[in-house]
Amino acid sequence: MAARLVFLGRLEDAAGMSERAVIAGPLEAVLGALEPDLAVALLGERVRMALNGVLIAERGGIVLRDDDELAFLPPVSGG
Amino acid sequence: MMTNWPFSRRSVAAEVAVDTRLLDARFDPAEELALFTAAQRGSGGIVSFLGQMRGDGAELLELRHYAPLTLPGMHELAQVCAARWQLDGLVMLHRIGQLAPGEPIVLVAAAAPHRRQAFAAADYAMDHLKSESWFWKRERRAGVWRWIDPRADDYAGLARWA
Repeated sequence: MAARLVFLGRLEDAAGMSERAVIAGPLEAVLGALEPDLAVALLGERVRMALNGVLIAERGGIVLRDDDELAFLPPVSGG
Repeated sequence: MMTNWPFSRRSVAAEVAVDTRLLDARFDPAEELALFTAAQRGSGGIVSFLGQMRGDGAELLELRHYAPLTLPGMHELAQVCAARWQLDGLVMLHRIGQLAPGEPIVLVAAAAPHRRQAFAAADYAMDHLKSESWFWKRERRAGVWRWIDPRADDYAGLARWA
């Protein structure tokens, strides 16, 4: 069992994949286990996050449980 | 609170024919517009915008989305338009996947009793589709893929409505 990180836009290139299974736990621990460059990119000021399809307003206190999906959303460019 | 007042904003918005779609294959904007126009015969005016892939050297354009957010967000945007302007109908179509030069990317059309409402709603919808909806695009030039960052101009477009 694990949680899932999803990388959108250029974060997919930073991660080298569009999603990755991680061990569930506090977000700090999850990010701490990633490559430092990727963790820095994911924590970028303009990167939003959505937990299980719902945008997160506050980053603090996030704990990923098994089967959770946390998406990292860089600035959008549609149209 | 419920009200019987027949012209409340809520009841007007509820009657607007809203059609938001994500399309993963090429669509025909003329056909879509013809269908929309046929369904909106009673409207005084219809304003439409068609965005297509520029022919400026890029070989391919790819539009990515995030399913849990993208279409729900488009639908919410359409509801905001319907509440903000007096509209009869609103269609908002957006491509995902890979596109070749000249292919349609986005079609927005607003039908309203009077033209200014239709112009404004289509303009608002496009500004928010470009810089606030959940899409990411990249293009391939000379075999190399590159992500496209939002332009300052896109944010300026959004700021006009603040």
